[in-house]
Amino acid sequence: MDDSKFCLCTKEHTEEAEKEYANNSYAKEALYHFVANKGAVISVFVIVIIILLAIIAPILSPYSYKDVQSQFSNLPPRIPGLEQLGVFNGCRDGVNVYAQKSALNQYHFFGTDNLGRDIWTRVWCGTRISLLIAGAAVLIDVFIGVIYGLVSGYFGGKTDIIMQRITEVLSSLPQLVIVTLMLVVMKPGLTNIIIALMITGWINMSRIVRAQVLKYKNQEFVLAARTLGVSNRGIIFKEILPNTLGQIIITFMFSIPNAIFLEAFLAFVGLGVPAPIASLGSMINDGYKSAMTYPYMVMAPVVVLALLMLGFNLFSDGLRDAIDPQMKQT
Amino acid sequence: MKKYVLKRAAISVITVFVILFLLFMLLNLMPGSPFNNQEKLSPEQIQQMKEFYGLDKPVLQRFFIYLWNMLHGDFGVSYNIQVNMPISDMVFSRLGVTLAIGLQAGILGTLIGLMLGIVAALHRRTVWDSLTTVISVLGVSLPSFVFALLLSYFLGFKYRLFPLLYNSAMPLVSTVLPTIALSMFTIASVARYTRTEMISVMASDYMMLAESKGLPRTKLIVSHVLRNTMISVITVLVPLLVNLMTGSLVVEKAFSVPGLGSLYITAIQSNDYNVVLAISFIYSVMFIAAMLLVDILYGIIDPRIRLAKE
Repeated sequence: MDDSKFCLCTKEHTEEAEKEYANNSYAKEALYHFVANKGAVISVFVIVIIILLAIIAPILSPYSYKDVQSQFSNLPPRIPGLEQLGVFNGCRDGVNVYAQKSALNQYHFFGTDNLGRDIWTRVWCGTRISLLIAGAAVLIDVFIGVIYGLVSGYFGGKTDIIMQRITEVLSSLPQLVIVTLMLVVMKPGLTNIIIALMITGWINMSRIVRAQVLKYKNQEFVLAARTLGVSNRGIIFKEILPNTLGQIIITFMFSIPNAIFLEAFLAFVGLGVPAPIASLGSMINDGYKSAMTYPYMVMAPVVVLALLMLGFNLFSDGLRDAIDPQMKQT
Repeated sequence: MKKYVLKRAAISVITVFVILFLLFMLLNLMPGSPFNNQEKLSPEQIQQMKEFYGLDKPVLQRFFIYLWNMLHGDFGVSYNIQVNMPISDMVFSRLGVTLAIGLQAGILGTLIGLMLGIVAALHRRTVWDSLTTVISVLGVSLPSFVFALLLSYFLGFKYRLFPLLYNSAMPLVSTVLPTIALSMFTIASVARYTRTEMISVMASDYMMLAESKGLPRTKLIVSHVLRNTMISVITVLVPLLVNLMTGSLVVEKAFSVPGLGSLYITAIQSNDYNVVLAISFIYSVMFIAAMLLVDILYGIIDPRIRLAKE
């Protein structure tokens, strides 16, 4: 053996070893894995920026989402500062439309739609609505799904069989059909869209929770709790639920982009929020009709929707890898 | 095997009836009436129309009449879109183009997805691998109307390579853009699953055994890796099929394809309940049939699952 391959152990080496084999808490470990994932970190920034803009932009904007100014319709995007560079300067085919319509004092960052409504304001109001619908639907899903899964898995036997048959029938209806039918029956509106989305949304969650409960319920710590006389409710919520939290959070995060997509889909087939309320989906639906002549009208909501979906998907991917390394996709 | 298939099929048939019942009740118990000019009609006229359409009978009786007619291929008539037109005619004249686009997108998506996934798994940490990852993230995250929009703007509008909207004079060329837009999600998910699954199969113990007994690499991959990879790829085909259905609505609307999806949208918007009911039911049946097919395929490929479910 060559002596040069060896060296004395220094403080640095021990520190490194300690760092590598340190007994970090679960949360710290998960955070470490998450931050190491570049895509996930970027997605957090994207989501935060979009949410902030959705909250702030409509407040700061001089226009309201429903102000119809038909004399200023179909204005192309114009942004102060950038207009000097020759982009977003309010020109269409070389003609400054703002000058033509004597609106040179106005700046519509994303342009205006065919009724002269400011698209910048509408996009961020629409983002609010889309996020609200997705958030509400998913929260209710979690609530129903978790409890359903816990009860079905924990009690087992006949309860489980009956509850599983119900989910089986519900899940053999395509979600699209249920959601559309519910809206045909109930008429589209903010609450009804949320209700329609949550009717089948909880099934996936309940399945995952049930599988987790089945995994834990025969383990020693549950038996110990039962021996000590803990009630069923105590065992379910205090012993089993905390162990399934990781899975619940992951499923929760993955269902947000799904709900955003379903809302956009509904709006696209004409079952969106009623006008003049805007959601990303309804704006895409409106803009689509004139997408070839005024592409900017549909571009703004499409880009925000795409960023939102990408952001949430990458974020959930990162979160899953961090929370549950076993599920990590190689 | 026979017992397994029969049992699965029986469950599916029962589910179909339960679903038809639920759909029928849902649409019939709701308030309002199927006639859109109710205010102008006298009570006698309404009564007459109800008798004409058989709406004066109790709901349960109507359900069985509907079921009986449906088993004979009669889905009732349209109330609003084309008055008194048999729905079966409306549906069947439109089913062809929807199925064509769906099948094309499904096959194209699965093939390209498999190819991308296999290449990425065999050449990990190369350009191909990164490309596949980017495609799969984009394809899974972006809704199909984004792709439809991009395709129709660039290939249809700017460069005029394909018709912007569906043109019945050239049906094949017209389905190119809808097919691509629809297949993106399939490509992305199949590529992703194939890659993940192949990598985990290649790391397994039985692969080490097969390798150490001296199998040539091609045979190793074809007969061991691919075959085991297929099992999990087939499981993701069900959600993909659902997505093809959802996507077909969007894509048909985006490209004005005269298919089942656009009829569904028209029916929803004009409250034509009978048409909505019929198409919802057709979608559900296709969905259940696909699940049954996957269950059976699964039983053939992996006997452990069949035994567990028997």
